[in-house]
Amino acid sequence: MNRIGKIFKQGPAFVGYITAGHRGLDYSIEAALALIEGGVNILEVGVPFSDPIADGPVIQNASNHSLRIGINIFDVLELIKKIRCRTETPIVLFSYFNPILQVDKKGIYRLAKECGVDGILVVDLPLEESELHIKKCKDNSIAPIFIIAPSTKTERIKLIDNSGRGFLYYACRSGTTGMRHFLPSGFARKMKNIKKETHLPVVAGFGISTKEDAEEVIKHADGFVVGSFFVNAIENGAAPEELKELAKKIDPRLQTID
Amino acid sequence: MRKYFVDKNGRYGSFGGQYIPELLMRPMQELEAAFKDILKDKKFQKNFNFILKTYAGRPTPLTEVKRFVQAIGGKARVFLKREDLLHTGAHKINNALGQCLLARETGKKRIVAETGAGQHGVATATACAYLGLDCVVYMGSIDMKRQAPNVLKMKLLGAKVVGVYTGSKTLKDAINEAFRDYAENYESTHYCLGSALGPHPYPEMVRFFQSMIGEETKKQSLKLFEKNPDAIIACVGGGSNAIGIFSPFIEAKKVRLIGVEAGGRSDKIGEHAARFHGGNPGVLHGCHSYLLQDENGQVAPTHSVSAGLDYPSVGPLHAKLFEQGRAVYSSVKDEEAVEALKLLSSTEGIIPALESSHAVAYLMKEIKNFKKNDCIVVNLSGRGDKDLPQLFENNLLNGGGKE
Repeated sequence: MNRIGKIFKQGPAFVGYITAGHRGLDYSIEAALALIEGGVNILEVGVPFSDPIADGPVIQNASNHSLRIGINIFDVLELIKKIRCRTETPIVLFSYFNPILQVDKKGIYRLAKECGVDGILVVDLPLEESELHIKKCKDNSIAPIFIIAPSTKTERIKLIDNSGRGFLYYACRSGTTGMRHFLPSGFARKMKNIKKETHLPVVAGFGISTKEDAEEVIKHADGFVVGSFFVNAIENGAAPEELKELAKKIDPRLQTID
Repeated sequence: MRKYFVDKNGRYGSFGGQYIPELLMRPMQELEAAFKDILKDKKFQKNFNFILKTYAGRPTPLTEVKRFVQAIGGKARVFLKREDLLHTGAHKINNALGQCLLARETGKKRIVAETGAGQHGVATATACAYLGLDCVVYMGSIDMKRQAPNVLKMKLLGAKVVGVYTGSKTLKDAINEAFRDYAENYESTHYCLGSALGPHPYPEMVRFFQSMIGEETKKQSLKLFEKNPDAIIACVGGGSNAIGIFSPFIEAKKVRLIGVEAGGRSDKIGEHAARFHGGNPGVLHGCHSYLLQDENGQVAPTHSVSAGLDYPSVGPLHAKLFEQGRAVYSSVKDEEAVEALKLLSSTEGIIPALESSHAVAYLMKEIKNFKKNDCIVVNLSGRGDKDLPQLFENNLLNGGGKE
């Protein structure tokens, strides 16, 4: 019944991110389904925002593109509804707070649930500001998903783990989103510490763009996240079929299945 | 007088807060702790005050402007709080010195800052040169063009100026970039935010580092006219000069506090920066406050002739004062601000910054509503030299200032 919970029972998760409306809503549907065919089993769908302070150039650019063609959060939910008609893959709505806050009075959490959203991650809503958000998520059976950062202290990791649902996302380096070449040093140690303090599954990401990095991540975490790598391919005009191949290429879990 | 205006959750009523990525929570908590330490640290305060006096040029005088009042047909007495006379030409140096001292105290070697009009950038570059810190300033590419003299100054002072070409290419986008830099480098770097906005503790910290403007005004008023001012007028972009002069008077309920926003070209969204006349509560740059935005929560473009007021949100304590009715917020148009700049220049020999000219312009419009014995203080937050190339270029200075 709980789509997210089921995924982690099957083994390490492959979380893939796209910005909704980047190259058009129709393309976003095809891109999402292609990534899922390629192995992504938790889909993050980003709501574009005018001032994405946590994002690097790749996702900023996708967000701008999407805003230029007039995409708002209702369009994003409509998109998710269409994807939901064709897959049971868990879908996480990924947003900055203001686009949610401004339409809150229109019952956005209930609508999100109706459209098939399983979890909501709000990038700029730390635990201290999340009380109402968590309540609204829970009232609508949506998992409030939280980020852990390299700067997060142990005590705080426990608090976040207690408040979150579904899974935790360890954004494993400082700075903004974007493709990087190596995992930060001390990743394994930090990940081990996080696993010791948490009961929720923990996925890790922030810059993963090679199979080697993904492989290293799932040695220690319950899943890996790929964002900018896909968004960059989308920006460069990748056809859905190519996205599927890219997903397969970066997925380290395929070897273990052989 | 109250030392601390913010509550323990980093809020002013429903405004303020810390809407930031998890990554920045620890740096913000550490900054808050450091700020609380210096509030109690007599040595720090003494050193800060010494630098303000011997380096920045405090206290600044209150200047009565009789010829200007005569020219606008007023009866009240009007005094300017002369922040334009400070080193680097604006109030921004108060906060820049305060934060850079604090940063040095906490072992940070590198400072990042954003700048709109360039005044905060120049002030931060100056403080960094004085205190031996590395300095990087982010500035929107449109602002770099309209505030070219300040770009040259920052470079001369040894700062690296990084142009921002994303979004509206103005102050808001410079803040985005500064946050991104800080997120990458917070271990070595302090983000010296230039106005009383952003996530807690910035609004309170910047207010504190600007509150000497109001404290001096209080003392000087008693000396010059033996009472508190009847009204205080200040321009409001992010609102640091305004909150600096307002905050020691917030509990003196008889003092009218008037903030003046940028009315820009028209009342249409995108053509002004009057958050209290077209905005509604929202979250930008870590802070819940009044925000110019569309119905879907996307931040709206803004316009003002003055780069320093050209910002879609406003400091959270102003939002609280607005909702309480403790302060009133009005706005004046671009051309009214330019007229005020010209008139003050020609009647008093004081060239105000375009930002501060908004406060002067408000007084020109409303002078009839002040009585004969009223004593009004206008915070002249900065000098106008930086604006002259832009005004000459756009042919806005024709005709002099006489009516």
